[in-house]
Amino acid sequence: MISAPDVVAFTKEEEYEEEPYNEPPLPEEYSVPLFPFASQGANPWSKLSGAKFSRDFILISEFSEQVGPQPLLTIPNDTKVFGTFDLNYFSLRIMSVDYQASFVGHPPGSAYPKLNFVEDSKVVLGDSKEGAFAYVHHLTLYDLEARGFVRPFCMAYISADQHKIMQQFQELSAEFSKASECLKTGNRKAFAGELEKKLKDLDYTRTVLHTETEIQKKANDKGFYSSQAIEKANELASVEKSIIEHQDLLKQIRSYPHRKLKGSAPCPGESEHTQDQASQAAATSNLDESADTDLYTCRPAYTPKLIKAKSTKCFDKKLKTLEELCDTEYFTQTLAQLSHIEHMFRGDLCYLLTSQIDRALLKQQHITNFLFEDFVEVDDRVAEKQESAPPRPGPGRPPSRSLEECPIPQVLISVGSYKSSVESVPIKMEQELGDEEYKEVEVTEMSSLDPQENLDYLDMDMKGSISSGESIEVLGTEKSAAVLPKSDSQASLTVPLSPQVVRSKAVSHRTISEDSIEVLSTCPSEALIPDDFKASYPSAINEEESYADDSDGAIHFRASVSPPELGEAEEGSLETPPSQIDTSCCIGKESDSLRVPLSPPAHMPLDQDGVVSIPPQRYRQKDQGFHVDFALENANPSRDDSSEGFPADELDPDRLLASRDVSKTSLDTCSDTASNMSSVTSTSSDRTPASAHSSGSSSERHKKRAGQNALKFIRQYPFAHPAIYSLLSGRTLVVLGEDEAIVRKLVTALSIFVPNHSRYAKPVKHWVCSPLHITDFQKWKLIGLQRVASPAGTSSLHALSRYSRYTSVLDLDNKALRCPLYRGALVPRLADHRTQIKRGSTYYLHVQTVLTELCSKAFLYTFCHHLHLPAHDQETPDVVAGRQASFLKLTLGLVNEDVKVVQHLAELLKLRYTQEAPGTGRPTLRFDYVPSFLYKI
Amino acid sequence: MLRWLIGGGREPQGLAEKSPLQTIGEEQTQNPYTELLVLKAHHDIVRFLVQLDECRFASAGDDGIIVVWNAQTGEKLLELNGHTQKITALITFPSLEACEEKNQLILTASADRTVILWDCDTGRQVRKVSSFQSTVKCLIVLQRLDIWLSGGNDLCVWNQKLDLLCKTSHLSDTGISALIEIPKNCVVAAVGKELIIFRLVAPTEESVEWDILEIKHLLDHQDNILSMVNVNDVSFVTGSHVGEMIIWDILDWSVQACECNFWDPSPQLDTQQEIKLCQKPNDISIHHFTWDEENVFAAVGRGLYVYNLQMKRVIACQKSAHDSNVLHIAKLPNRQLISCSEDGSVRIWELREKQQLAAEPVPTGFFNMWGFGRVNKQASQPVKKQQENAPPCSLELIGDLIGHSSSVEMFLYFEDHGLVTCSADHLIILWKNGERESGLRSLKLFQKLEENGDLYLDI
Repeated sequence: MISAPDVVAFTKEEEYEEEPYNEPPLPEEYSVPLFPFASQGANPWSKLSGAKFSRDFILISEFSEQVGPQPLLTIPNDTKVFGTFDLNYFSLRIMSVDYQASFVGHPPGSAYPKLNFVEDSKVVLGDSKEGAFAYVHHLTLYDLEARGFVRPFCMAYISADQHKIMQQFQELSAEFSKASECLKTGNRKAFAGELEKKLKDLDYTRTVLHTETEIQKKANDKGFYSSQAIEKANELASVEKSIIEHQDLLKQIRSYPHRKLKGSAPCPGESEHTQDQASQAAATSNLDESADTDLYTCRPAYTPKLIKAKSTKCFDKKLKTLEELCDTEYFTQTLAQLSHIEHMFRGDLCYLLTSQIDRALLKQQHITNFLFEDFVEVDDRVAEKQESAPPRPGPGRPPSRSLEECPIPQVLISVGSYKSSVESVPIKMEQELGDEEYKEVEVTEMSSLDPQENLDYLDMDMKGSISSGESIEVLGTEKSAAVLPKSDSQASLTVPLSPQVVRSKAVSHRTISEDSIEVLSTCPSEALIPDDFKASYPSAINEEESYADDSDGAIHFRASVSPPELGEAEEGSLETPPSQIDTSCCIGKESDSLRVPLSPPAHMPLDQDGVVSIPPQRYRQKDQGFHVDFALENANPSRDDSSEGFPADELDPDRLLASRDVSKTSLDTCSDTASNMSSVTSTSSDRTPASAHSSGSSSERHKKRAGQNALKFIRQYPFAHPAIYSLLSGRTLVVLGEDEAIVRKLVTALSIFVPNHSRYAKPVKHWVCSPLHITDFQKWKLIGLQRVASPAGTSSLHALSRYSRYTSVLDLDNKALRCPLYRGALVPRLADHRTQIKRGSTYYLHVQTVLTELCSKAFLYTFCHHLHLPAHDQETPDVVAGRQASFLKLTLGLVNEDVKVVQHLAELLKLRYTQEAPGTGRPTLRFDYVPSFLYKI
Repeated sequence: MLRWLIGGGREPQGLAEKSPLQTIGEEQTQNPYTELLVLKAHHDIVRFLVQLDECRFASAGDDGIIVVWNAQTGEKLLELNGHTQKITALITFPSLEACEEKNQLILTASADRTVILWDCDTGRQVRKVSSFQSTVKCLIVLQRLDIWLSGGNDLCVWNQKLDLLCKTSHLSDTGISALIEIPKNCVVAAVGKELIIFRLVAPTEESVEWDILEIKHLLDHQDNILSMVNVNDVSFVTGSHVGEMIIWDILDWSVQACECNFWDPSPQLDTQQEIKLCQKPNDISIHHFTWDEENVFAAVGRGLYVYNLQMKRVIACQKSAHDSNVLHIAKLPNRQLISCSEDGSVRIWELREKQQLAAEPVPTGFFNMWGFGRVNKQASQPVKKQQENAPPCSLELIGDLIGHSSSVEMFLYFEDHGLVTCSADHLIILWKNGERESGLRSLKLFQKLEENGDLYLDI
C-alpha cells in the first residue's frame, strides 16, 4: 500500500503461465535486426538473456560417491524452466565449491568414528558463461552406508540476476536454512533408525557367532584352536567393536539437540549472553526438539539379519535416495518449503525489494494498517510477534530483517581475511573441530544477530569459500548473512574499520584447492574492502553491467539506477558522503550498536524513523525526481504519540499536494511502458511477481482485477466520486442490478475503497437476494443487491427506500446513483477518470498509496490529545470542536466532505484501538442526516 | 424517495392520498441520534423495556425471555429464562430489606400464569409464584405498604416475600387492563369500560389479615379503557378505545374534565371520502399518556395531542403524527416529545410556542377537528373564532428514527446513553448521539494510551 507509484510501474502483472507478449510482426523492411537472444523469448533489455533458463529455479544436487556431482531434482519440476541449461555441469560447479570439511571418521586421538554436526555453508557463485548466478546452500546428510557416513548435498537457488541473489542473500539464507533444517531433522531420524537396525543386526550376528564359537569349542577338545576358531573369534571381536562404534554413533546422533544447546554454555567470555542465546535457541528449536525427542523412539518390530564378515564394497550397491535418507514426511515438507521459496523469490529484484520495503513500512503502521490492507499480512504479523518476543538484538536492526529471526548460521569476518580473500584466496578450509571450537561454532550459529555480541566471533568463523573453475565467481558467502542485517542499512561498511572489530585471531586454515579463483564479491567482504579496491569492483563483477550501458534508453535508465542502488546496498557508505542525512543517521545508529559512534547524537533518529528511512532510500534512487519522504510520513504515525513532533512537511498541505503531483506525473509517465522496462533484471518468464509474502498469485490476480474494474467504473460513471466517497465515509453503498456477475464484479472492484472494521472481515457482501434489513447496514458497507422484476422484488426495493437514509444506491441497470453530495478534493485524486494509469494492479497500488496517506491523516487526527479533550477544565466543548475543525481544515488540508472521511476512519481507529480483544467490538452504524441527490447518466 | 427505483411512482402517490403525514427530509440537523446499535437476542416481539439503573435495562417480550443489557455498550449482560410463555408485565421491584445484597430485582408476569422475581445482577430466580388462576396483566408495587398487587381476572395482594395476603373475587373475564395507585391506600383498576376503586386494609389490632375492599365503580367511559396514568397529586387520567379522555380527581374520584366527543364522527365528515378512510374506531383509541407539570400528552390513534391542565384545552396537536397507531410516547426534559408507532418509526417532536397565528387553519377543538380538507372547504368558519380557539403551541417534527421493520412497541430514554427502542421485528435498537459517542471513544482511547504508558514521549 505504501509503494510509491513510480515503483509500482516496475512491477509486472502478467501471470507466469501467460505467454510473453507477442507483437504482431512488422513488415520485413521495417524490422530491425533481432536481438541475439530473442529466440529465447527474452526482451532485449534483459541482461539475463544470456541465461539458458527461462526463470529462477531451485536445484538440488548431490556429490555422489559413485558418480560424482549430479543433479537430483529441480523446483519447479518442469523442464521448460531450466530449458537447455546444463544441470549436470552446474551441479559440478556448485558442488565443487563445497569447501566444508565434512569430516567424519576416526579423528586422530579418538577411538571411534565421530559424527560432526557440520554447519551448512552458504555461498553465492556466478557462472558468467552460463549466465547463471546461484545461492548455494550446502548441507551434509548422514548415511550409514555412505563413505564416512556422509552424503554431501546442496540446494541452489539459480537466477540469472546476480543482484537479486546478492541482495536477497539474507532472505534466501534464512529460507534455505529452514529447508535444510527440515531435511537434516528427517535425516537424523532416519539415520538413528538405520543405526538401530544395524545394531540389532550386529547383536544378532554376535549371538550367532558366539554360539558358533561355543559349538566349535565344544567340538574341539584338542586343546588348541583351529584357524577356523581363531577366525571366528576375530570376527566376533570385530562385531563387538562394530557394536560399540555404532552405539556410540547412535548416542551422538541422539544427543544432537542437547549438544547443540549445551554447546553455548562453557564458552569463554560469552557467559552473559549465552543464557539468552540458549533460551532463544531453545525457543526457536522447540519444535525441532519435541520432534526430536520422539524421533528416535518407537520403531516397528524389526527382524535382525546376519551380517557377513566382509561387507560388500559400496560401488555395486544402490545408494539411498534423498527421500529415503530423510524420511518421506520430512522430505515432502522440505519440498513444500522449497517451492515456497521459489514462489517467494519469484519476480524481479525491484519487485522483491519494493514488497519488502512495503511490508517493513506496513509494520510501522500497525495501528492504521488494518483499514485498507489485505488480511494476508496478519499471519505475517502474528508470526513476527512471536518471533520478536526475545529481546531485540540491536537497536539498529532494520525491521525488514526482523522477519528472519530464525537461527541463521551466522558468521562474521575479519578484515584481514577478507582482504586476503581478494587476492586468490585459499579456499579449502580445514576445520579444526576441537571440542571447544566446535561449541563456539555452535554458539554463533544459534546466537541472535546482535552484532556486538558476535564481534567476538568475527574471525573464527572465517571459512573460505571459493570455487574451482575460473568461470565460477564466488560472489558471496555465508558471511554475508551475518553482516547483511547491518549492511542493509549501509552502515556496516564502517564497522570493519573500527579498531574494535579488527581481529587477528583467524582460526581457519585455508588451502587453495585449485588454480586462482576470482572471488568477485562476498557481501561482507564488500563491506570490508577498502576504497581503492572497491573502485575496481563493479566492472569486475559483471560484464552485464557494461553491456547494459550500450543499449538504448531503457537500459540507460536502468544503468543510472544501478550504481546508487548498488552503492547503497552493497558498496555502502565507504563512498557515501557523511553529509547525507539519512545515511549518516543510519551510520550513527549502526555504529552505535557497534560502539563506534560516528555521528553526533543529534542525528540519531528514533528507532523506527531511522530504520524506515533506509529502505525507501533504495528506491528513491531510482527516480531522482520523486522525493516523497515515506520514511517520515509513515514512520511517524506509527509512534504512539505523535501529537507533537510530526514532521512539518507531513502537515504542510502544499507538500502533500506536491507529492501528489509528483506521484501523478510519475504515474503518467511510466505507467505502462515502464513496467515493461522493469523486467530489466529478471528472467523473461519471471512474469509473476508473486508477492514475497505468502499471499500467492491468486490475491495478486484479485488485486489486479479489482483495480482494473475499479478503473473501468471510474471511467464509465461520471458519478464515481460520490459513490467512492460514500464508501470511504462509511455509508453503505448498495449496488443494485439484475445480473449477478456484473454486480459481483463491481462490488469486488469497489471493495478496494472500503475500510475494514477489523482485520478479519471486510464489510462487503457481494450478492444478496432478500430484502435488506437494518442489521445489514450495520454489518456491511458495500452490498450487491439483486433486482427482481417480480412483485416479490419490490419488497426489497421498498426496504431499500425505507432505509434510504443509511445507504447510497447505485443502480446498474438504470445507470443511476442516489447518494449525498461530494465536493471534496480527496476522491478526485483517488479516482481521476482521466488518469493515465492503464493497468489494474498499478491502479490498485495507486489507490493504496492515496489511502495510506489518508490513514496517516486519520491517525494524526485520532491521536492528537488536544483535538478531542479539553486542554484544561475551563475549556468548553465548543473550543475543542473549533480546534478539531481547524485542525482538519488547515493542518490536514481537508475540504468539505473529506473531513467526514477522516472522521469516519478516526472512529474506526478509536474503536479498534480501544477494543479489548480484536473482533469483540460491535460495529455501530454511524450515519448523518444529509440529503441525497440523484445522479444519472 | 426512491421513486426512480420502484418505478412509476404509484406508491408514493397512494401514500400521499392516504394521509398528509408530516414528513421531514433526510436533513435533520436537530436530530442528535446519528449512531445506532442493533441488539439481537429475542426471538419474538419485544414488548417491554424497563430501566434498571443508569446504565442497564431489561427487555422482555413474547418469547418469554428477559434480557438484561448494558445501555452504553449494548452488551448483553444476562438472559433470564424461566417463563414458558410470553411476558405480560414487567416491573422493577424494590430490594428486599431482609436481603443483605441490594441487588436490582425485577418482577415479571407471563401468560404461563406465573410471576417470577429475578435478581438482575446474578440472573438468579429469587422466587416464583405459580398459583394464579389467570394471566397476570398488570403489576404494581406499593412501596409505602411494602406490598405489590397483581391484576388478572382478579386482584391479588402480595407481600415482598411473595406470600399472598388477600385477593378480590373474580372481577371480569377480560381482566384488569391497568392499575394505578392513588392516595388513601387506594388503587384504581381499569376493568373493561369501568374503573373500580379498591381500598387496601392493612392489618390492625382487630384483624391480622390484609383485606381489599371494593369502594366504587366509575362508569363514565363508553368503551374499554386502554390507558390510565397518575398525572399529578390531584388528578389521574384515563383514555378509552373510542377516544374519550377523562381527567379524574384523585381524591374524590369525580370527573374534572372530559373530552368525550372524540369518537363522535361529525356528520360533515361522512361526505368526505378521504376522511372516511381513516375513520376506523381504532384510529381514535388512546393508547398512551404521558405528562409533565402543565400538560398531558395523549397518543390518540395516529395523532398526538397536548392537553393543558390549566387551560383545560388542547394546546397543540398533530393529527397524523405517524402512519399508524402511536403506541408509546414520552416527554423529554427539553420540551421534546418522542413517539413510537406501529408504522415502525420513532419520531421526535418539539413543543413550540406559536409566534404568530399559523396561516394554516387549525382545528378548533380536540375532538372535532377532523379532516385536513374540511377547514379549507369551510371557508365560512369565522376567522375570529378560529383565532381564539387556535392552539397556542405546535408540535414540530425535528427528527425521525427509522430502523425497525415492524411496529415499535416501546422505548426507553436514557439521559446519558440515548434511546432504546424495541419492536415487533424482534430487535432492540440503541440510538445514540454520535458526537457524544465519538467524544467518549476519544476519552477511552486516551485513557488506554495512558494506561499503556504511551501518552507521553519518553525523553
